[in-house]
Order: sequence, then C-alpha cells, then structure tokens
Amino acid sequence: MLTDIGDESKALREHRLNIEEFNYAYAETLDAMDVDEWVEYFTEDAFYHVIARDNAESGLPLGLIYCEGKAMMKDRAYALLNTEMFAPRYLHLSISNTRALEIRGGEILASANYTLVETRVEEASRIQQVGKYRDIFVYEGRRLLLKERICTYDSVMVDNCLVFPV
Amino acid sequence: MDEKNGQKSGFDNQQWFNRAWPDDDTRIPDWIYTDQDVYERELEKIFLGRHWNYVGMECEVPEPGNYIRSYVGPFPVVVTRDMEGILHVFENRCAHRGVEFCREYRGTANSFICPYHNWTYDLEGNLSAVPFRRGLGGRGGLPPDFDMAKFGLRRFSVATRGGVIFATACADMESIEQYLGPEIRKEFDATFDGTEFKLLGVHRNILPSNWKLYQENLKDPYHATLLHTYLTTFGLFVSSNESKIPTDESGRHGGLLSRRPDGRPDVSKEEQANMQAFKETMKLNDPRVLTYFPETDSKWSGSVLTIFPTLTALRQTNILNTRLLVPRGPNEFMMLWTVFGRADDDDEMTRHRLRQNNIFGPAGFLGIEDNEALRFLQEGLGKAIPREGLALLGKDDEPDDTIITERAIRGMYRYYRDVMEF
Repeated sequence: MLTDIGDESKALREHRLNIEEFNYAYAETLDAMDVDEWVEYFTEDAFYHVIARDNAESGLPLGLIYCEGKAMMKDRAYALLNTEMFAPRYLHLSISNTRALEIRGGEILASANYTLVETRVEEASRIQQVGKYRDIFVYEGRRLLLKERICTYDSVMVDNCLVFPV
Repeated sequence: MDEKNGQKSGFDNQQWFNRAWPDDDTRIPDWIYTDQDVYERELEKIFLGRHWNYVGMECEVPEPGNYIRSYVGPFPVVVTRDMEGILHVFENRCAHRGVEFCREYRGTANSFICPYHNWTYDLEGNLSAVPFRRGLGGRGGLPPDFDMAKFGLRRFSVATRGGVIFATACADMESIEQYLGPEIRKEFDATFDGTEFKLLGVHRNILPSNWKLYQENLKDPYHATLLHTYLTTFGLFVSSNESKIPTDESGRHGGLLSRRPDGRPDVSKEEQANMQAFKETMKLNDPRVLTYFPETDSKWSGSVLTIFPTLTALRQTNILNTRLLVPRGPNEFMMLWTVFGRADDDDEMTRHRLRQNNIFGPAGFLGIEDNEALRFLQEGLGKAIPREGLALLGKDDEPDDTIITERAIRGMYRYYRDVMEF
C-alpha cells in the first residue's frame, strides 16, 4: 500500500526498470521477426493498435494494425510467417524514454518512444516508423504483460508498407 | 554467338529508343511507366484533360468551414465546404508568389491566409484581402487598377455522386454520370448508395511505382489468388467464386466484382494445383475479421472499382474505402486511403469495420503484398534492358465472368494510348 508521493515514485522507478527490461526483450523479439513470440508479450484480452498521429489527434479510430485480443495477433503472426510476400529486410527497433507514469489499481500506465529502422537488400537503412507507445502493463503472477499498447506514429506517410508490428 | 556454349543471345537492341507503341495490344511498352516526358504529357492530357479526378469524400468535410488538403493528379488542391454547405476545390498555391499555403491535413477555417505576405482567401478561393494594398504613406502598394476578382485561387469544377467528390479543369466536361457510363455507374451506386458515411480515418503511403500500375493491379483478377494467399488460405476469395469484370465502353473504368459463397468456398482440385500456397485447413483464431454483415442490395460481396484516372473504390465485405493515387513523377506516387463506415453504425459495427480493415491498408495482408509487388515491378521496368510487358490472358470478346484474364488492362491502355496520342 502506497502512503505518500515518495513511496509512489519509488514504486514507479522500480516498475520503470522492469518495463525497460520488458521493452528491450520486446524489441529483440521483433528484430528477430519472431512474431509468434511477440504475441506472448500480451495478455489474452490485450488491445494492440498502430495508429497514425493525425488520425489519433483528429479522434479518428482507424489503425494501420488493429488487434482486439491475442487471437487476432496470432492470426497476424500466422499470416506474416505463412502467407505474406515481402522483400527480405533487417529490422532494428529501438525503444527509449521509457516512463512509468501512474499506478492505477493493478495496472501500470507507461509510455516510451520507438524508432523502427528497416534495411532492405542493396538499399541504405531508412526510418520506417517513429512513434510513441502508450501502454498499460499488468502482472500475471510474476510476469509483466501488456494489456494495451497503442503505437501512435509521427511518420504518417508510410514508406511503401509496414510489414512487421512495432 | 559462342560456338561452345551455343546459346543465341535473347536481346535485341532495337527497342532502346523506339517510342512507337507496339501494334499488338497485348504488348505494353516500358517507357510509359518510366519516362519523364510521358509523365509530363499525362499532366496535360489526363489530369488537366477531359477527366473527373477524385479528390475526397464528403464525410471528410462534413461541416461548413471544413477543409482537407488533396490533389488533382499531382497538383495540390484544397477541398472546402463553405458556410452555405457548397463544396469547392481550388489550387493550394497563393496567387501572389505561389506558396503552398494550406499545411494541415484537415481542419476548420473561415479563410486561408498565405503566411508569406498574408494574402487572404475565402472558402470559395476568392482573394478577400491584401495587406498594404495602397502602400504606405501614399507610396508603393499594388497598381491602382489591380482587380482582386481576377487574382483568386484557380478553381476546378466540382461534381459529387453518392458522397464522392470529383474535380476537373476541363471547361466543358460532361456530367459525372456520363463520365462513369451505365455499367460502372450501376456498381458505383451499389457502393455509394446514398447513405451518409462516417470517416474512420486516412492511411497514407508512398509507393515507388508508376501510378498506372496501381490501376492495373486492381483491374487484374489473375494476381488475386496467386499473390494474395491470405485470401485463399482463409477462404475470403478463390477463383471459382462467382465473379464479374465489367468495364465502361471506353475501357478506362473497370470493376472486379465477386460474391463470397456462404461458408467456406469450395476449391476445386484444378484450382489447388495452380495455387502454390493453398492450405485447406487453416482457420482464423479470431474469425470475426471475415464476418460479413450484408449491407447493400448488391449481390456482390466484393467490389473494386477503378475509376480513371486516380480513384479506386473498394467495398469488400464490410470494408469501405477509396484510394486516391497522387503521382509524384513517373517513378513514385502517394496513396491516400479514405476509410469510412456508415453514419448510423453503432459502436460494435464501427469496431467490426476497424477489425476488418486489418486486411487492407499499408500494413494490411493484401496491402503489404501489392505494395511490395509494385515496387519490384517498377524496379524491373526502370533498371532492366527494355522490352515489352505482356497482357496476353483472356480475350477481348470473352464473357465478363471470365476471371483468368487481362482484358481490363488491355482496355485501359487502348483508352490511354488514344488520349495520349501515342
């Protein structure tokens, strides 16, 4: 039980460290294009949304990716690995400025910045997406999981296509 | 010829500078996709010529004062709804020095002020104010005979049908109804059926490809089940679905219409043998993505319309979108996807459409593949030793339910060749 601001900021600092570890592992999983494993960072009923910043700020709900629940994420993972045609590439996802913002009941509200750099055959590396995560984390047992990850991207003009999630 | 290896070279150099269009219209020359002077001729003959250019949806500018940035061909325009509710389309280019003054994706305004010298325009594009018009202290300023009425923003004629906004620079343009022609108008009206739409959002992406290749892509039913194994894997579309490929009389507009059977489609052995990646048993973990709530009188659950030059309109199960192709030179275009639902959708229906839209868009299961394939195609056309592309499949006088065909592509290029005077 948190009794004063000092305790809360101490608790948030601790959560932030855990979330940073989580985000580093998350980025490594996506760099490896291991989308089956990516699904396991989420709770069963998690919401995952990749939304252009102009849509978000205009109150428009359309997402580049819109997953209600882990089942939809599994279907995306299956489609990417088994049905989709796309050029070979290297992925490099960096997550920075991780912040634990608030503890609300059993949930931790957090945010972070992210940058996805893509490198295709015979091409210079280029930024595919820069954006901000707005997250809700929960603990299931001792495991930290995402209950919600809203990825709002500033790079509104998508360079050709976004193949893998961010 | 090397005697030992005995292969005759398959290259001939005759095509390099040859700009003659091949006599055989199953052959499409590379240079229409790559050459700057061809692109410049398109600006004049197509985008500023006798065509209605799609510029946006009424649901993007629902209220008086609303505006969006848009394009006629490659030319930046602003689409506004004035205080009387009338739509206007004018150049996004100040009459003074040429500044592209409107910088926001969308917004609400009662005037536009060019930031450079504060020339001000109303929602119809009229020049309404010029600072220091009379100069200062009796000196300088505009010439006394400067006529504000002559220096408004250049305007395009506007037409709407079913909530879709078109603009043209052509002074004596036929009606949008005549432009679409009866066959395509019927299918256009089946999607844009007079109900009020609600904007869900806009996707934007850059495709390093010639704009015409996107129109071809959506006139090409041959690729659908071969490139898009998502469709066949999860049973959204197979070649044996009842289909129809209508075109207008001129060949410039077309449609891919299909009807998804109830339940899982029956895929013949003949089809399976031709589709490398067919998987019979796959089921989605969350099948809601493919649920179809019939919402039109049309028998077709899927309708893709290609309206020349730069509109594609999609109704696929409960996905409704329009795509505007904005050419940026011969080798690149920008694509603006306007995705919408109906004004009377409840929250669950809105969420259903948002879920279903995972299939399309620049991260959609079909979008990824089309965008990648067209990127590869442009690279093939632009880098390689020129030769002609083939559009051989099917026949021009075949029944319009023939699906393994390139008839609609040939039709578009007959029209294109005529308009471009090649």
